[in-house]
Amino acid sequence: MSEVAVKGAVKHYGTVAALDGVDLTFADGEFFGLLGPSGSGKTTLLRAIAGFIELDRGEIRIDGTDISRIPVHERNIGMVFQNYALFPHMNVAENIAFGLDVRGVAQAEIKQRVGESLDLVRLSGLEQRRPRQLSGGQQQRVALARALVTRPQVLLLDEPLSALDKHLRQEMQVELRRIQRQIGITTIFVTHDQEEALTLSDRVAIFNKGQVVQAGSPRAVYERPVDRFAAGFLGEANFLEGRVSGIAGGVARVALGTGGEVLTPAADLQAGDAVLIALRPEKISIDPAPADAAAMPNRILGKVVAAIFSGSSLTYRIAVGDRIIIVFEQNKSRAPLPEQSAVILEWPTADNVVVQP
Amino acid sequence: MRNLADAGIRFYLILVLVFLYLPILVMAVLAFNKSPLYALPFEFDLVWFKALAENDRLLKAGLNSVLIALANTVIATSLGTMAAVAFGRYTFRGKTMMQALLFPPIAIPWLVIGTAMLVFFFWIGRAMGYPGIARGLHAILLGHVALSLPYVIFVVGARLNDYPKALEEAAATLGATPWQVFRRVSVPILAPGVVAAALFAFAVSFDQFVISYFLAPPGVTTLPVEIYTSIRKGFTPEINAISTIIILVSMGLMLIVARFYRFGGERSGNE
Repeated sequence: MSEVAVKGAVKHYGTVAALDGVDLTFADGEFFGLLGPSGSGKTTLLRAIAGFIELDRGEIRIDGTDISRIPVHERNIGMVFQNYALFPHMNVAENIAFGLDVRGVAQAEIKQRVGESLDLVRLSGLEQRRPRQLSGGQQQRVALARALVTRPQVLLLDEPLSALDKHLRQEMQVELRRIQRQIGITTIFVTHDQEEALTLSDRVAIFNKGQVVQAGSPRAVYERPVDRFAAGFLGEANFLEGRVSGIAGGVARVALGTGGEVLTPAADLQAGDAVLIALRPEKISIDPAPADAAAMPNRILGKVVAAIFSGSSLTYRIAVGDRIIIVFEQNKSRAPLPEQSAVILEWPTADNVVVQP
Repeated sequence: MRNLADAGIRFYLILVLVFLYLPILVMAVLAFNKSPLYALPFEFDLVWFKALAENDRLLKAGLNSVLIALANTVIATSLGTMAAVAFGRYTFRGKTMMQALLFPPIAIPWLVIGTAMLVFFFWIGRAMGYPGIARGLHAILLGHVALSLPYVIFVVGARLNDYPKALEEAAATLGATPWQVFRRVSVPILAPGVVAAALFAFAVSFDQFVISYFLAPPGVTTLPVEIYTSIRKGFTPEINAISTIIILVSMGLMLIVARFYRFGGERSGNE
């Protein structure tokens, strides 16, 4: 369908930069998640693409055409709002028909397309209901049908699932993905729910202070975060600080500030470099320490401070020297390791990811 | 204890209603009493309604009042609704100050506003060389519009605040021009508020005495002014008759509005 390209987007509110030079390209048919803390610029970008906000500088192109000076109603976009924004004075069919009606589409065609949209979101039979007579999930589907019936070039979703409870949210995630695949529409969505972003997106972009910190596939961003913010925002991470003490065979040996050593792929590191390493809690294996246990590279000794049971998994807080390392463990048959017990933590070299501070 | 408290509340509410409605009821009943001196025993007669039908001054004043109130309703409601939308949905320089300036006229006594308007219109008339234009139905209408605008803006604004801006934004993303958004989304949603505001505007104008009294030229009066004049001359139950008609009309209007409110507002589960 359509490619959306944002170039050099800048938007200031007073002295605050909501967007501070954003470049992003959303590929044709891609499901793209914009993630970040509130005030990071993700919503501002979405609203700028919709046309509610005029950029101070930069441009937004859909299939090469600059739309940044075109009013909202002349942009061919569909949008689903956080609280759905269904028209309370219209029934379901009228809500969906609205976009066709204002465009002057013939009544017969409107009827047919409204029917198709209702089929798509599996709501046939509810045409005459008022929005307030629908459940949250049904309202969500109507909002989606209404946004898609005009066959927009781009679908924008503003925290689309945040008003639903957890169970319904997961169901709607699957549903949203199915519909998006079926139509193949370029979809950009804003969320603060990282799990949702990882589940739904082909690619995600992490925003901070009006800039894109990192963009890529969920797996790439999760496994190879570029900096401390990206590593900490998407999932959890332990941060290890140290200095490169030597390089051999493409592997750098890093002496940690808190004692101990780790190995990491050398990439473009040089001996003497100060490095920050991000290590995901689930990459670490944890075992009771035998009496003669000794630390080795990528293997450190610690003591259990807390073991938090959460059903399918356990979260350990392990004291290593004067710092705490977080470890996730699947809840297998073993009983949780008792507090104060000595443990060995071990992990592979490849999981030590050097990030920008 | 609970029953006692219940009975107490009920008694209190009945007392409030009696306090509100008893004078009106007495007045309405006496409109149908034959005696010109309000003497009892009650003797049913339509003589005062007949007299009213022949009282040209009162009828003319009534017609003036209705015409001014209707014109005021149309003008003040249109201007006020647009102003409320501007205040509620747009940002512009000086908005906060302009909103703050809407409040004082409601608090300033009508007597003061009326005097100010009279002086102002005289000054305008003199400056233009036509002192005559200072008074008249047009001046009364202008005064009433100025007086009722803040009420309209507040009532419509309150309704507007209940609805998220996202509704209008959604309409725009669906391809509706700003005019289509206003007509097909904003107006229907605002309708109950606009009707309530229109009623306010009508009531403010229809009840208005001071400004009408000050701005009415000799020979032209509105109903409240004419009633006031008649009472000063010594009155008959004709006043009761016309008041009864006014009450019936306004209560009828209120009932229609109450119905409409449910219609456009929170209709649920009954379809």
